[in-house]
Amino acid sequence: MTYIAKPRLHHPSLVKNKAGYTRRDYEGAVSTLCAGCGHDSISAAIIQACYELDILPHQVAKLSGIGCSSKAPTYFVGASHGFNTVHGRMPSVMTGANLANRDLIYMGVSGDGDSASIGLGQFAHVMRRGVNMTYIVMNNGVYGLTKGQFSATADKGSISKKGVANSDSSIDMVSLAILMGATFVGRSFSGDKHQLVPLIKAAMAHKGAAFLDVISPCVAFNNHAGSTKSYDYVREHNEALNRVDFIEGREEITTDYEPGTVTTVQQHDGSLLRLRKLGEDYDPSDKVAAMKRVQEGMHAGEVVTGLLYVDPSPKDLHDNLNTIDAPLNTLEAAELCPGTSALDRINAGLR
Amino acid sequence: MPQAITAVNDFVVKFANVNGSGSASANELFARSILRMGVPVSPRNIFPSNIQGLPTWYEVRVTEKGYLGRRGGVDMMVAMNPQTWAEDVKEIEPGGYLFYDSTKPMPSSMFREDINVIGVPLTAITNATYSDARQRQLFKNIIYVGALSVLLDIDEKEIQRLFGEQFKGKEKLIDSNVKAMNLGRDWVKQHVDPDLVKLKVRKADNVGDRIFVEGNSAAALGAVYGGATVCAWYPITPSSSLAEAFQAHCKKFRHDKETGKAKYAIVQAEDELASIGMVIGAGWNGSRAFTATSGPGISLMTEFIGLAYFAEVPAVIVNVQRGGPSTGMPTRTQQSDLLSCAYASNGDTKHVLLFPEDPRECFEFTADALDLADRLQTPIFVMTDLDIGMNHRLCKPFAWDENRVLDRGKVMTAADLDAGKTFGRYLDVDGDGIPFRTYPGTHPTKGSYFTRGTTKDEFARYSEEGPVYIRNMERLQKKFHTAAKIAPQPLRYSSPKPTRYGVIYFGSTSPAMTEALDHLEAEGNHVNALRVRAYPFAQSVEEFIHEHEKVFVVEQNRDGQLRTMLMSEFTLDARKLVPVLHYDGTPITARFIATDIAKKLSQFKVVSFEKAAS
Repeated sequence: MTYIAKPRLHHPSLVKNKAGYTRRDYEGAVSTLCAGCGHDSISAAIIQACYELDILPHQVAKLSGIGCSSKAPTYFVGASHGFNTVHGRMPSVMTGANLANRDLIYMGVSGDGDSASIGLGQFAHVMRRGVNMTYIVMNNGVYGLTKGQFSATADKGSISKKGVANSDSSIDMVSLAILMGATFVGRSFSGDKHQLVPLIKAAMAHKGAAFLDVISPCVAFNNHAGSTKSYDYVREHNEALNRVDFIEGREEITTDYEPGTVTTVQQHDGSLLRLRKLGEDYDPSDKVAAMKRVQEGMHAGEVVTGLLYVDPSPKDLHDNLNTIDAPLNTLEAAELCPGTSALDRINAGLR
Repeated sequence: MPQAITAVNDFVVKFANVNGSGSASANELFARSILRMGVPVSPRNIFPSNIQGLPTWYEVRVTEKGYLGRRGGVDMMVAMNPQTWAEDVKEIEPGGYLFYDSTKPMPSSMFREDINVIGVPLTAITNATYSDARQRQLFKNIIYVGALSVLLDIDEKEIQRLFGEQFKGKEKLIDSNVKAMNLGRDWVKQHVDPDLVKLKVRKADNVGDRIFVEGNSAAALGAVYGGATVCAWYPITPSSSLAEAFQAHCKKFRHDKETGKAKYAIVQAEDELASIGMVIGAGWNGSRAFTATSGPGISLMTEFIGLAYFAEVPAVIVNVQRGGPSTGMPTRTQQSDLLSCAYASNGDTKHVLLFPEDPRECFEFTADALDLADRLQTPIFVMTDLDIGMNHRLCKPFAWDENRVLDRGKVMTAADLDAGKTFGRYLDVDGDGIPFRTYPGTHPTKGSYFTRGTTKDEFARYSEEGPVYIRNMERLQKKFHTAAKIAPQPLRYSSPKPTRYGVIYFGSTSPAMTEALDHLEAEGNHVNALRVRAYPFAQSVEEFIHEHEKVFVVEQNRDGQLRTMLMSEFTLDARKLVPVLHYDGTPITARFIATDIAKKLSQFKVVSFEKAAS
């Protein structure tokens, strides 16, 4: 991994968002991933989402584990703080970081090797605690950095580049996240920017544990015939349940929709999610139905995508712990230390 | 029959009970009542890894002189557990006393001829008074405390006062406990010769303003005073009560008066891997965070500890040590995690360890550790153990400087960055090896950096260049030298006479060592002592070693772990450091230390043939 800074030349015609930043201000270092890697498309989608949401870049904290996907935070929002932690345990670091300062925007980036194998435990627990975050798994079904071993999300029967069939059952991160208590769960495809960008925006506006499973083909080791995570396979089997239009609370709604084709979900922060139906009736606020639909899709060999489940009024970890509104890292001795007279009373009680 | 042991305010009573029978609070009542008479006591729980049914012991050392270490030997056994009868009876010193429940007749072969036996029909008394099974069990314990109070001359009014404090506002409970106590007292007064037991408690004034507290609770209070806002932990004996005490202290002191909201966050994590991860995440983001664990937890945390060392993230880890290896002896005490903590993780890593001697230092060092972690931007270990952590210990009262502020170390603010200060996350600007850091979110355009466990240059840019790597590793080494200067310094206790011999000890060995030094001195064995309170070692530790011909290193582990660290840190002749090792899981005793050192001294003092002939 090398650190290559992009030249900071801005074209004067680049449009600034409401925060005063151009799209380029949300970029990071030049990617060192393989040409055509799905992860780079996801990084681009994150950049686009942050730009469109008028986010202050330095208010983002991006955390990752180990692997190709976990290198990705270097390639977006360069003005933010990043933490490349240890393998599979980014969720705990993100939990601690979130406890320390509830005001930042937390973006966890991981892969299927990082989150579905060594990190499966922490993945489950970060969801059940409701840490306010956007957790993206760049899911390619393969270990890229160590050159092509199956990961735990590889489908049973999927064929490796060397021609070996995977005999283990796959772990479906979406089902797991819903089961564990994530309050916003979606799946998308790195090759479908129109679906992915609004999903990321909606996830970032969600005040709770938001999870996105993004199928992201590995061009080097998992893009061949027989793979179920290749560009071709995912395009052919993509079963999008809905299209999300993310509308911030303060924006005027101008788009017209055909009657009966749209479901509107208002999130706690006031933002609206307009879900355009694609073919079937699907209610993403029904958790049990969501699990059933995802399982049916898996059984039928479909890659079910879209916003799969959302609880519009979630509680996050800070709600559950009843912590004060000010970030804990801003508290000084006067607020934290009970002082000498309290200590005298404690001493007296211990005699 | 040897002469009955006669002692005033200087004896050991051991209670043998069954776990889960409610004996713990009765036994503590016994210890506290003596303390209230102005006589220092040092109680110790000796318990199994079990909730109900297995044997458990509570040993109370009554010590007017204030020797708070474990003495060794038992003067009176209160044998309430048939399971362990044989070994309990065997443990009594010749001329000592056996107190037992005489409801059922027992063959004389079950007793010893060289001890004094006091049988009180506890079950019979209890059954005649109470019909409820749970009441019978609980009050039987109070009845024996009452009986012992007569035998040992413990002031019943002090016991009554303790009931009053314990059950304040619940008059019925006070009355029923007093009644049970008097059942025991009355029976003994009527049936036992008052001169039979020659162990007596006499009012004294040797407790002073000292407090009686468990190390885990004290460390937790230190975390509150030290400004910890995030605690992530996973239950493990003997550290669980530390996190629980932090919760209790925070409930009292850390809720906003108006909103009721919490100025802290406690997470019971899914395992130790997650608890240290959360501490590191919080530390990275500018909160003071700590975890409490024991040896097996440290093993699980080591990868993360290496990350925190190399990425330079503050973290405090209180290790309440227990017996190892592996699951080891979960409910027994040892000082056997020194090496695993000092060098935790892969690659060249070294960590700062603090060694508190008692609850007072648990309080002090935990608060200091939070300052040191921020100041040094690295994990700091507070190395306590089960003996200090889970036993009530008499110690100096907690003290705090009203003007003390949180030392957040070198943090660059938005104003600093705007003023044009150069920010290099791993740049040594002051020559002490400690760089500046920024909290995430500080400034829109300056001061952000990427934190990682892989190598980087002074400006946090990824680099695998050899010279860059070496510069960084040398700076970390420099930072470690800085740590030696600002961590708690060693304390020296000099013998009144010049001597060629020294002893180095640390942590919970302290009270036994103090007593052993008195024993040695009394026998004409002069030894200078140095209590090491932190690693990296101060320069004065090396000087102390060089000053002496032989230096004993007293430790509660098998391998002489502190000795190993001394040898690796200083240039020494290894033969100079003589190990004195105790590691059976029980707290080290003054008897053991004094005997072992005296024996070794006598060997050194043998004049060689050549020397004698010359």
